[in-house]
Amino acid sequence: MAQQNAPDWDAELQVYEPHRAGLPALRPYFRDLWGRLPFAAEFSRSGIKAAHSQTVFGQIWLVLNPTLLAAVYFFLINVLGGGGGMERFAHIAGGIFVFYYFSGAVASGATSVTGGGRLILNMAFPRLLMPLAAVRTAFFRFLPTIPVYLLLLILAQPPWSFTMLLGFVFLIMLTLFSMGMAALFAAVQVYFRDTSSFLPYFLRIWLYVSPVLWYPEQAREKFPDLANLMELNPLYSLIGGWSDLTLRGVVPPTSMWVAGAAWAVVSLVLGSLFFMSRERDFAVRI
Amino acid sequence: MISLSASSTEPQTPASAPVPETPKKVVLRQKPLPGEPPTVRVQNVSITYRTTFEKVPTFKSAIVRLGRGERAIREVHAVRDISFEVPRGTAMGIIGANGAGKSTLMRALAGVLPPTKGRIEVRGKISSLLALGVGFNGQLSGRENVILGGLAAGLPRSEVEKRADQIAEFAEIGDFMDLPMRTYSSGMFQRLAFSVSVHMDPDILLIDEALSAGDASFKVKSAAKMQELMESARAMFLVSHSLAAIQQMCTDCIWIHKGRLMMHDTPEKCIAAYTKFLEVGEEAFTFDDL
Repeated sequence: MAQQNAPDWDAELQVYEPHRAGLPALRPYFRDLWGRLPFAAEFSRSGIKAAHSQTVFGQIWLVLNPTLLAAVYFFLINVLGGGGGMERFAHIAGGIFVFYYFSGAVASGATSVTGGGRLILNMAFPRLLMPLAAVRTAFFRFLPTIPVYLLLLILAQPPWSFTMLLGFVFLIMLTLFSMGMAALFAAVQVYFRDTSSFLPYFLRIWLYVSPVLWYPEQAREKFPDLANLMELNPLYSLIGGWSDLTLRGVVPPTSMWVAGAAWAVVSLVLGSLFFMSRERDFAVRI
Repeated sequence: MISLSASSTEPQTPASAPVPETPKKVVLRQKPLPGEPPTVRVQNVSITYRTTFEKVPTFKSAIVRLGRGERAIREVHAVRDISFEVPRGTAMGIIGANGAGKSTLMRALAGVLPPTKGRIEVRGKISSLLALGVGFNGQLSGRENVILGGLAAGLPRSEVEKRADQIAEFAEIGDFMDLPMRTYSSGMFQRLAFSVSVHMDPDILLIDEALSAGDASFKVKSAAKMQELMESARAMFLVSHSLAAIQQMCTDCIWIHKGRLMMHDTPEKCIAAYTKFLEVGEEAFTFDDL
């Protein structure tokens, strides 16, 4: 409210004008986005808290659910004649844990805008914060599975090495990839409300074609005709690299690093840009 | 804070106008500085909602429509070609029947809804918490909702936490501040919403139907608070069906009907015209009914 002798009348000017499906001015948008990241964090934190406010075993199920699922898949693979011991189980569990991180981020990201009704209608803020908050929520739901994975690794007795820590690079790339996908599905969900119903089936198939139940190098023998196509799957590199490193301490081939990084960047950039180009339309469609 | 050097451009209330018991305009309002552009300028703004026919858009209906070659869009003209200017120091009342487009206009001023046509210029920070802006998650406590709202409005966390107590105190909700909002009575809910929007230090204050919040004593308190805010705020917009409140609080008024600007004048004149219009409308309706 400072009023100097030569006031700059346009200092705080905000102009709202019609827009065609175009992007908002990027610099102020990202400044705004950055400034309000604490909101996304708080939104996610309070969401987790609210979800567990009325359950007793809420937090424990976050670990129990993927572990039991890993056990079921391990059993299934043994029944089907795959065999394998503790290392196999650790591989499946580790893969399922990160896959659930990814799918949780996408699934809750998809409903983040349509579920944010009153907040979206009454407050002006960069909407990209909503899918970002969903990814944060998914990450904090994933965190408790890390000690479990570590325990399984100890039981599997892998050749321990420091290269295993490089696995976290793939975890970061997977996070960036998830952010882009969450933003993309959040925007699509506004226009087609059926998206979130289709998503679980889509994600289930994605689980089977990703190196969770099989090792990356098995792609060629498992899918001889489609091997090249399989390697194009973003999760082939992202989850494959994660389990190669964390489970076996093997540094994945360069192609996996390049593909993983490329998918992370492409997904994040295109997903966010698509979301941002549509987001001013959200308030009238909710 | 307050410049007395410039003459006000706002319309002055005629002395002969009927004034309610409460003394009006005892506060010092801000005045526009020489050469200062209006705090809010709305130029030929139209807002058209484009909604789909079906309540919930789905793939199936999209496919069916595609087969029939139909377009899914129905246009709702919520605001049609409205222009007005609000200089510094104005308390603008917005009146009109349900569905007139008042809330849509407020959302456009807050930057939530982009205009379909025209241009809106806003100078200053808007308190974008409209009525019922808090309470988006009933599982969370009032305090958590307030903090979420404050952070979404772009305030730093320490600031919001500090204000949460003032907000609770003003809203008179006591221990309920730390209980889930689903346990609130509707009065508590509205009092909290009002309290939040007046505690965010806005340059421009938007208040939507909030005067109906709470009992008589809270109404008096909230009116006093708004008067107080007018000393520091640049402009205030008040949407209310309580015409007495508009008359008491506002220095300027617009009347909107079915998205069109019917009148922009002093609150007294707008209210008189609007009341007359309502009476005529009601009579006509009764007549048709018989």
